[in-house]
Amino acid sequence: MKEQLKTIKKKNIIRTTGADAIMRSLIGEGVDTVFGYPGGAIMPIYDALMDHNDKIRHILTRHEQGAMHAAQGYARVTGKVGVVMATSGPGATNLITGIADAMIDSTPLVCITGQVASSLLGTDAFQETDVIGISMPVTKWNYLITKQEEIPEIMAQAFYIARSGRPGPVLIDIAKNAQFGELNFEYKKCIKLRSYVPKLKPDKEKIKEAAVLINNAKKPYVLFGQGVILGAAEDEFRAFIEKSGIPAAWTILGACALPKQHPLNVGMLGMHGNYSANIKTNECDLLIAVGMRFDDRVTGDLKRYAKQARVIHLEIDPAEINKNVRADVAVIGDVKETLPILTGMIEKRSHTSWIREFRDADKIEYKTVISKDLYPKKEGLTMGEVIRILNEKTRGNAIVVTDVGQHQMITSRYFNFTNKRAFVTSGGLGTMGFGLPAAHGAKIGAPEKEVVLIVGDGGLQMTIQELGTINQTQAAVKIVLMNNKYLGMVRQWQQLFFDKRYSETYLLNPDFIKVAEGFGIKGKKVIYRPELENAIQEMLDFTGPYFLEVNIEKEDNVFPMVTTGASVSEVILEPKK
Amino acid sequence: MASGNGLNNNGKQTYTISAFSENHIGLLNRITIIFTRRHINIESLTVSASAMKGIHKFTIVVNDTREKVEQVVSQIEKLVEVLKAFYHTDDEVIYQEIALFKVPTRSLLEGDELEATIRKHNARILEVRPEYTVIEKTGYKEEYLDLYEELKKYKVLQFTSSGRVAVTRSSKELFSNYLKEAGEVSVVYENN
Repeated sequence: MKEQLKTIKKKNIIRTTGADAIMRSLIGEGVDTVFGYPGGAIMPIYDALMDHNDKIRHILTRHEQGAMHAAQGYARVTGKVGVVMATSGPGATNLITGIADAMIDSTPLVCITGQVASSLLGTDAFQETDVIGISMPVTKWNYLITKQEEIPEIMAQAFYIARSGRPGPVLIDIAKNAQFGELNFEYKKCIKLRSYVPKLKPDKEKIKEAAVLINNAKKPYVLFGQGVILGAAEDEFRAFIEKSGIPAAWTILGACALPKQHPLNVGMLGMHGNYSANIKTNECDLLIAVGMRFDDRVTGDLKRYAKQARVIHLEIDPAEINKNVRADVAVIGDVKETLPILTGMIEKRSHTSWIREFRDADKIEYKTVISKDLYPKKEGLTMGEVIRILNEKTRGNAIVVTDVGQHQMITSRYFNFTNKRAFVTSGGLGTMGFGLPAAHGAKIGAPEKEVVLIVGDGGLQMTIQELGTINQTQAAVKIVLMNNKYLGMVRQWQQLFFDKRYSETYLLNPDFIKVAEGFGIKGKKVIYRPELENAIQEMLDFTGPYFLEVNIEKEDNVFPMVTTGASVSEVILEPKK
Repeated sequence: MASGNGLNNNGKQTYTISAFSENHIGLLNRITIIFTRRHINIESLTVSASAMKGIHKFTIVVNDTREKVEQVVSQIEKLVEVLKAFYHTDDEVIYQEIALFKVPTRSLLEGDELEATIRKHNARILEVRPEYTVIEKTGYKEEYLDLYEELKKYKVLQFTSSGRVAVTRSSKELFSNYLKEAGEVSVVYENN
């Protein structure tokens, strides 16, 4: 019997090159899509790719940063690990912004970079950069492979680390000699590292303590973040909310964890979040944070944040406990496991009068802000009305991707998120240029879904060359450019806090439609309101990628606003007159 | 205790952080990044083997608030290759540092004053050459700095001191118990 097993095992072992071993490792992890850009130090791997292109599709971006954001968009909509390949030196350094973005937004990625031969390490060889050193602060883990024999085990560890626990980016740097060299290859997935505990087992006692607090609370309030989505715990979360009857507000990355139209969804938290969602934080008696990290954009001034409330924090990452807000009860673990236990321990409730308080505050916001954004009476077009029409046309059934800035906040505020994993945006890092490549990656990951990109004229021009990639794949991304000819969010701050001194925020833009057409993408420009609805319909009906430019009024600002250093109670609904 | 509790007026205190890890290239860098990013100065740092085979121990001394130190320790423990990290106040650990002084031998020969100083401070002579003598003092920082003050008049040619090494006073061996559960094998693959 033992002998038999040995021979079966031996059959799985093949003699091959390091470069081929990389491809076989990817296949071993179920990878079918890779985003990347070739170059000198990674040429053996690109050569090996040709032998496996029936199993692995490579998407050639126009810049390594584009490959990163595409892989992020892909990972965020599929829940799979995004894979990126780049060469050494400038190829590797061009990944850094995307890696930092994935790190702060907990996106699982494996980045493979070529490195000069190990004999040349430290000699300032051509295109040699210390990418291990550079990427260390922004990766969950990284490793330099100098010997081909290390490849299968390190690749297995890379995928295990990237996807488990609180996910994050991993970078594997591979010296060129290890790509050429031969090894006996056999792939086994990594299932455990003794130094790494991806998630702790739920502590029933802690959960019991949390349940007691919840059962005794008069005005409990749930804040939920991306942890619910990363744990694929949307259903468990919904069951918890519905049994407890507690109003729930979301961080920007938590947007799709609960449908926006759900009666207990009370809106978005933070700097440009909803009025009620912010002010009620300082009126509740119990705050239940689920898979979120109390980012400063969510909390405003911490010294005046929810001081009246007890705090329960459900979180997978122990380092997040007491980092910004002290927890009275910390439930460490995967919310997919902890939430059902908690739901089992709580009483069924409905907090009708408490929820009415939210809805009353909503009326104030609707009157002063939302109605004016969605149904403007002024001549210029608003971003809000574009999103309103998109809601009407898609009924919320679309994956929405944004860039960073005013349009991002407007989209988060107004798009009717209905489905799981349907919002891709750069939350923690706020990376301009994220949108276009991320939307492309999202469409590659979910080709059957409508993918709509909302992008500003500033951010678009940071990665506009990815229109070329989209033309090459013909992925049917619907691009909506909100063009106000300004770096709008910076301009808004200048208007409000710097006496309208518009320092370096005006952009002399190109003819975007010509640019899109130059890249082979059909485009249309809307200047006047009566054309808008039909133009959006036309875009959605089109079978390939499409570029719709909408002229937005310059002084279309984002409100409400919790200004920097202010308390969440001090929401501004409109600018001072 | 010679060093007292180390508490000063802004709530900062001396803490000894010990982190136990796998022996991987670059881990030292990953650990120090946690401090530099938060603008925390490392007073001393020692990397050594531990009582457990294959496990390395980082001993890091910082002066900061308990809150900051707690956060830093959880960030260290979050690193993939770190098994466990702890922090202790000075009265929870037994610790020592070592200092070496190089002085001209001439001064040793001029009377018995230097010899008396060495005896008084419980230091010892490691090596004597016609040109120089090397003196070693193991103890608390305050102790070897006192000795340094006295040696200054003999013209100290070189002075150097180590980082802190420390063991806990507690009778519970937190880490070795943890390691028993974590196991002997550092990486486990499918069908092994």
